[in-house]
Amino acid sequence: MTAALEFREIDVSFGGTFALHKVSVGVHEGGWLGVVGPNGAGKSTLLRTVAGAVRYGGSVLVDGEAIDGRSQRERARLVSYVPQRPVYPQGMAVFDYVLLGRTPYLGTLASESHEDIEDVWEALEALRLTDFAGRDVATLSGGETQRVSLARVLAQRAPIVVLDEATASLDVAAQHSVLELIDRLRAERGMTVISAIHDLTAAAQFCERIALIDDGRVVAEGTPGEVLTESLLGEVFEPSIRVIDVDGSTVIVSLRVEEDPS
Amino acid sequence: MNAGRPSSTRLRWWWVGGAALVLAGSLVAGVMVGPIRIPPIEILGTLINKAPFVTIDTAISDRTEAILWEIRMPRVVLAVLVGSMLSAAGAGYQGVFRNPLADPYLLGAGAGAGLGATIAIAYGPATSGWFIDPLPLAAFVGAIGGVALAYLLGYTVRSGRTAVTLILAGVAVAAFLTAIQTFLQQRQSETLREVYGWILGSLNTAGWEEVELVAPYVLVCLFAIFIGRRLLDVLAVGDTEAGTLGVRPGRIRLVIVVFATLGTAAVVSVSGLIGFVGIIVPHTVRLLTSSSYRVVVPLSILLGGAFLVLADIVARVAMTPAEIPIGVVTAMIGAPFFAVILRTSKAVVS
Repeated sequence: MTAALEFREIDVSFGGTFALHKVSVGVHEGGWLGVVGPNGAGKSTLLRTVAGAVRYGGSVLVDGEAIDGRSQRERARLVSYVPQRPVYPQGMAVFDYVLLGRTPYLGTLASESHEDIEDVWEALEALRLTDFAGRDVATLSGGETQRVSLARVLAQRAPIVVLDEATASLDVAAQHSVLELIDRLRAERGMTVISAIHDLTAAAQFCERIALIDDGRVVAEGTPGEVLTESLLGEVFEPSIRVIDVDGSTVIVSLRVEEDPS
Repeated sequence: MNAGRPSSTRLRWWWVGGAALVLAGSLVAGVMVGPIRIPPIEILGTLINKAPFVTIDTAISDRTEAILWEIRMPRVVLAVLVGSMLSAAGAGYQGVFRNPLADPYLLGAGAGAGLGATIAIAYGPATSGWFIDPLPLAAFVGAIGGVALAYLLGYTVRSGRTAVTLILAGVAVAAFLTAIQTFLQQRQSETLREVYGWILGSLNTAGWEEVELVAPYVLVCLFAIFIGRRLLDVLAVGDTEAGTLGVRPGRIRLVIVVFATLGTAAVVSVSGLIGFVGIIVPHTVRLLTSSSYRVVVPLSILLGGAFLVLADIVARVAMTPAEIPIGVVTAMIGAPFFAVILRTSKAVVS
């Protein structure tokens, strides 16, 4: 199967220190790759290489073609990116925020066309945000802003979607509903998703493939069943992690270990 | 299907119409107000006679026509050019630096112009022997030089070329140039009053010559900032996200700063350092309409011109026959007006 997105021997260093070292992973067209690992492992850095937001060595391939030398505009037509903490400018209407997704298709001096406007409305409708179109994007709740970010992603119409901790700030119910939404959009539109994700249970339930990263290197890559094991997670996170089956779903928890008083 | 839906925060026609009316009203007031009262009908007649291919009979005297055409009109037109340019440049700076306190003097244009003017006033030769007046030239070169120095410093910072390093470089350059300017001013204390008067700004010497000098710069620079307004909205999400949307933030910043600085240097060279306009006008527009630069830039151009014409009227008539420096007026009427807008508006300044 041709990998829609492939990282080949990615190196990233900051001030001489490697943040990523010879990282090679891939995900097929329409798949969902979850990147998991401890804080500072290099998850966000890996995601930023796809979006062209960080300098790197090695190669990023989309449908077998390297995109490293492409312009930012060409790249933005292939890859949309939602950072860990997106900036929602105060005073900007939701409509205008989603309209930013059309930027890669507009010439430097051009204004948005009727088709661009229609694309924005279509994205707002898909995420049931039409009533929010005139609202100030900075005044929305966490779950609402995530939907607005996804609407911008849809308006950008890029086949690859990069989500860096998209649900980190949400409560359990909101997180689940946003992840379901991403999964539905992925299935409907054939988008390939790569996301950094802290919640291992959510990763097990939603991602088709998992890359476990520690200290800038890939420790394991495969299906959730192959990677999210007590032995691998115990090695990377802490030994007290348990992988439990609840009604056929995988649940991953960290147990509190009582200290021995002696 | 989408009939009746708003198609983005575009310019509403009544916003543009309202701003154009305010500008037109200020122009009429600017031409009418002065020590000699000229009836509106005579103003209209003179203007029609100045238009090509049209002549009408008016009872206006040559003296009145000279006052109108040679003194008041160029002054009002220059006020529009200066006000529009400073407001658009302020909006541009606020956009590229994502900083509500940014104004056209942020990167050292003001300090550079001040230093240039001080050198020209304190050490320059007598103007009469020169082909051109060295004061505007020195101020223009000083403003461009100040910003160029800030860019050079900001772009050689090893930790990274960001908007913040550029602002810090601008602060350092401005402090340095101001220190030299103050030193020179102290050394030549007999020119203190003249230097100080220039720094506070004035449109007192305005004739058509000044208008012709700055108009080409202003029109080109206003056009450049106007067509960059959509990209300023993209920069609002920060450099990283803007980059992933397919634009190059550093390049946009450079282009906007170049045109904002060039236009600012041109107007400062003939009007001195008129402060506050570049901050107050764009923010007033934001509070009254929208924070989108597609709205802020064009409305700032219209209302910035109107604001400076009205400020100049106050500068001329408040203490007749003496004139108040226009920089003092912009702050004295601008600050309370802005405070009222700030208190009564429901919008939030980003």
